Amino acid sequence: MLKVDGVDVFYGDMQVLWEVSLTVGDAEIVALLGSNGAGKSTTIKTVSGLLKPQAGQIEFDGVRLDQIPANRIIHNGIAHVPEGRRLFTEMTVEENLIMGSLRPEAKRARTETMGWVYDLFPRLRERRKQPAGTLSGGEQQMAAIGRGLMAKPKLLLLDEPSLGLSPLLAMEIFRIVKVINDAGVAVLLVEQNVKRSLAICHRAYVLENGRMTLSGTGAELSANEKVKEAYLGI
Amino acid sequence: MDLFLQTLVSGLLKGGLYAVIGIGMTLIMGVMGIINLAHGQMMMVSMYITYSLFAYAGVDPYVSLLVSVPAIFTLGLFIQQRLLNPLLRAETILPENQVLMTVGVGMVLTEIMRFIFTSDYKSVRTSYSSSTFFVGNISFSVPLTIDFLIAILMTAALFLFLIKTDLGRSVRATAQDKEAAVLMGVDSERITYITFGIGSALVAAAGTLLIPVFYLYPDIGGPFTRKAFVICILGGLGSAVGAIFGGVTLGLAEAFGATYAGMEFEDIIGLVIFLLVLLFLPGGFKRITKV
Repeated sequence: MLKVDGVDVFYGDMQVLWEVSLTVGDAEIVALLGSNGAGKSTTIKTVSGLLKPQAGQIEFDGVRLDQIPANRIIHNGIAHVPEGRRLFTEMTVEENLIMGSLRPEAKRARTETMGWVYDLFPRLRERRKQPAGTLSGGEQQMAAIGRGLMAKPKLLLLDEPSLGLSPLLAMEIFRIVKVINDAGVAVLLVEQNVKRSLAICHRAYVLENGRMTLSGTGAELSANEKVKEAYLGI
Repeated sequence: MDLFLQTLVSGLLKGGLYAVIGIGMTLIMGVMGIINLAHGQMMMVSMYITYSLFAYAGVDPYVSLLVSVPAIFTLGLFIQQRLLNPLLRAETILPENQVLMTVGVGMVLTEIMRFIFTSDYKSVRTSYSSSTFFVGNISFSVPLTIDFLIAILMTAALFLFLIKTDLGRSVRATAQDKEAAVLMGVDSERITYITFGIGSALVAAAGTLLIPVFYLYPDIGGPFTRKAFVICILGGLGSAVGAIFGGVTLGLAEAFGATYAGMEFEDIIGLVIFLLVLLFLPGGFKRITKV
């Protein structure tokens, strides 16, 4: 479904990604792992069009994503839940959700999808009239994921959804990722929490200094000596 | 006591129009992050459109709203799309230099109007320009009262647009987090020129409404740009609700200043409040209203 092929990305003159390739299949959870500054967020931002690759190409269901502007990406069925939530803090939770469903296919099903999101996150229903900026960190993350789901995406890009949350809330987020995936949505998950990510993903990639160094199923990577030593601390 | 109430009423009526002028500027500031220093000059052009329609075709100023508002809306679209957005594409030019461009636009508009209409004072005197009605001992200027009601209607319509429509929500979302709005599928460049158009249309409406009670000359734009800026600072940059408070405050301040301190202090009062707010309430009324 998503095919990233040999992508090079620069910030100004500085190259941050070297020939990065990955694929995400239908209804698959794929984790993108690596330490701080390895280029995980850069990869995900390149998929959603915020950054444009200098070389290589990105294809989604036959559409060349690297050739269309960032605001058209969501129209192809890809929703990006950015790092740090990036909610519209002065708008209510409900308005944030509405903002997620601007594309025509999603707009038609707005009420219905919103009901589903509220069922996934009952806390959001309670707080739907509250400005998003007044929510706790965990609730904000739920709102951000909910906003992404409002687009009725085929692929959800999740950038560090558990960052800054308590272990309990982080577990809840991972559980939700699984539920979303069971509903048929493919997920590309960028995470620092390697152990939990490997436990829920179908496949995973490891990025180091802007290059893909390892890939395999969750079980394979969990058993890999290098991964164990560098990321799992075993 | 009557004098006090009379001053209060005239200050409020003027403040309603100031609010519309301020909201126009603050919308643009919220979305683009720049001050439009041609704001008053856009208003001046709208006033000349109204004047021409009145002087050469006998069109009532209220009817000419239907011409001046769409015309200045289009002018605003054009300025943002053709003059300001291209500056963002050149990496060597700082985004702040859009502000310098608006200064240039303001000058060009002023001089074009001077070329066409000369620097002479013009006025639009309608049958109702100086008519008044009384409530108790307080007199209400008929045109200013009608203007005030129209200003309220326009403000209400604007808020409905911003709160109830997808396009309006996209404008607010772009002002709060442009990149996140782009991820939601918002064409942020289109939002910038629609916003500039709406901001310009608001100030155009205010200009047309004010013309029966003001003398018109090409340099009238500058003072109104300054007033709009003061209102935005009073209200808190980018806050439409704040701009309403800012506009009414400035209207009241000018009225009380003129009544109790003398006409020559009218403009000074506004600027003194401006300085006091900067010193003691940086962030403006937005700090209190929170929106």
